[in-house]
Amino acid sequence: MTGVSPSCAGVGKAIDAAGEEGRAALIAYLPVGFPSVAGSVDAAKALIDAGVDALELGLPYSDPVMDGPVIEDAVVAALAAGARVDDTFRAVEALAGRGVPILVMTYYNPVYRRGVARFAADLASAGGAGLITPDLIPDEAGEWIAASEAHGLDRVFLVAPSSTAERLAVVAEACRGFTYATSTMGVTGERATLSGRARVLVERARAAGAERVCVGVGVSTPAHAAEVASFADGVIVGSAFVRLVSEADSAAEARQALSDLAGRLREAATLG
Amino acid sequence: MTTPAPAHDDGPPASARPTTPALAQNPGPTFGPFGGRHVPEALVAALDELADAHAKATTDPDFHEALTDLLHNYAGRPSPLTPAPRFAEHAGGATIFLKREDLNHTGSHKINNVLGQALLVQRLGKTRVIAETGAGQHGVATATAAALLGLDCTVYMGEEDTRRQALNVARMRLLGAEVISVSSGTKTLKDAINAALRDWVANVETTHYCFGTAAGPHPFPTLVRDLQRVIGVEAREQILAKTGRLPDVVLACVGGGSNAIGIFDAFLDDPTVRLIGCEAGGDGIDTGRHAATLSAGTPGVLHGARSYLLQDTDGQTTDSHSISAGLDYPGVGPQHAWLRDIGRAEYRPVPDAQVMDAFRLLCQTEGILPAIESAHALAAALDVGRDLGPEALLLVNLSGRGDKDVETASRYFQLLDDGEVTT
Repeated sequence: MTGVSPSCAGVGKAIDAAGEEGRAALIAYLPVGFPSVAGSVDAAKALIDAGVDALELGLPYSDPVMDGPVIEDAVVAALAAGARVDDTFRAVEALAGRGVPILVMTYYNPVYRRGVARFAADLASAGGAGLITPDLIPDEAGEWIAASEAHGLDRVFLVAPSSTAERLAVVAEACRGFTYATSTMGVTGERATLSGRARVLVERARAAGAERVCVGVGVSTPAHAAEVASFADGVIVGSAFVRLVSEADSAAEARQALSDLAGRLREAATLG
Repeated sequence: MTTPAPAHDDGPPASARPTTPALAQNPGPTFGPFGGRHVPEALVAALDELADAHAKATTDPDFHEALTDLLHNYAGRPSPLTPAPRFAEHAGGATIFLKREDLNHTGSHKINNVLGQALLVQRLGKTRVIAETGAGQHGVATATAAALLGLDCTVYMGEEDTRRQALNVARMRLLGAEVISVSSGTKTLKDAINAALRDWVANVETTHYCFGTAAGPHPFPTLVRDLQRVIGVEAREQILAKTGRLPDVVLACVGGGSNAIGIFDAFLDDPTVRLIGCEAGGDGIDTGRHAATLSAGTPGVLHGARSYLLQDTDGQTTDSHSISAGLDYPGVGPQHAWLRDIGRAEYRPVPDAQVMDAFRLLCQTEGILPAIESAHALAAALDVGRDLGPEALLLVNLSGRGDKDVETASRYFQLLDDGEVTT
């Protein structure tokens, strides 16, 4: 659809800008409401100040089947502390306008429950860039594709090492912004080494028509970031940041630790 | 948003609706607005492969022969149809027949599904199965099939359920399965499914998720229903042979809904037969402590499919509650959601207290110890029989036996003195 401009520059533009600087884009995940709504916004601001290229805000959900223990524990704590869907829109609003696109990572039921069109409208008016949907495949996403077109929102679907060439083409075609490649089979969480399947998947996704491919799930260290940067357009890090928040004794300590890691990851993702 | 409008308030009664197209053996992947596949992309290839294997098996005489052989010579099918006259005296003198799935090997209808899926696993060339379990019946059945066919087996069970169904944990371990106690979330069936899904996403290339109920992403709702359909096919023939007519009402308990859809499916195109699904009313719908998804839930997406679920206004799954671990689940299979909305089946909540009365009544009038899950259908049959009177013919799916529930029941009825209590 033409004639509707995004309320915020899309994530594709931010990834391209990083590429022009000779870097893979750094995309950081934090869940809203952990350790509190204000605390998560503060933590996200620290990541923006440290130079991340895009933010992925997790909408806390009761049944996060694509998440490992670090993120699961964080969203359980956020929900126990009373986090609501509206808090995610408030967090987006507080973080938009700082030159960094804000994506929301959400399981599908909160979107479905609110009404897909209403959710998209609320996200757009908060200044959000789009959605990453780990349990929504393009085959089931007709309403979301229409709503995201109407509001100029990015839509990021996932591919996995198990995806067939046919599936890769379906997903690549449906994505807007980038295609999210999971480095390994499995749920989110830190791993010692990067799976060798990541590079192959990125190559296959590109061959299937994906314009930009970023790699997440099991990407946590500067060494991983450097490796991913050598073959992908972006590096997505989540659990490593969330763990820093949960281990920090104070908000200031959390901000410092997040900032340090983001800086090291950004440097590592710069192509030598 | 495609929120389906409840149709059963203003639609024509089931008996007045044309019976074509046939309702039985609906091939999916959707049931009206329900069903589909809401899963991580990582699982799509495996679900496609499973749907393909299911489709091929459906028309393959070798598969049917192998499955029938296991059902007859290993699981003990066909299961009997037993009249329950002394129990029925308490149901307004109606005639009640019990479909005796409790007499199957491993003690419930779960074995029907598991044997079929285990044969498919062999065809898929996979070597490991995982399963979720609530009451432990599906876990025991899966561990049994895995032992029989030489497959590695891991069963996920909520920590709360491992406590109230400890006997089944021991049974699974005896059968060689690894049992993983899940301590996240509500520590019951919902969280066991989450844990099994996480395992499956990581290991899908070597592992089959032997899903225990007619819910989840396509093809599970149709696959599990087709494997449970034997219950209704047998019962229909048996009741016709014994009484010369179809039952007025078929009753079954509904958690995820596999035993219910298994018996309903053979009667879906018999418009004179009322179908009643009996949900876990817990402490009562008004208390909010229940698991009556179809009676009190709203449309949503959970565990891979669109259906009804217990959720708040934000779409967060809310806790379910039931004295029976096997029905303690905030979701339900998508075909039931559709049958509810088109008015072909009715769903009613049965509170714990009424369930336990029916549980004890069947013990003392017929010498049959039912699973607490199945006792939900028995309790509703007492009500329905009293409503319809002595001419009524009721068919109740006795989906499982209650040996696993003896401890719960002995606590509930205070059957043992303090010194005799073992835990």
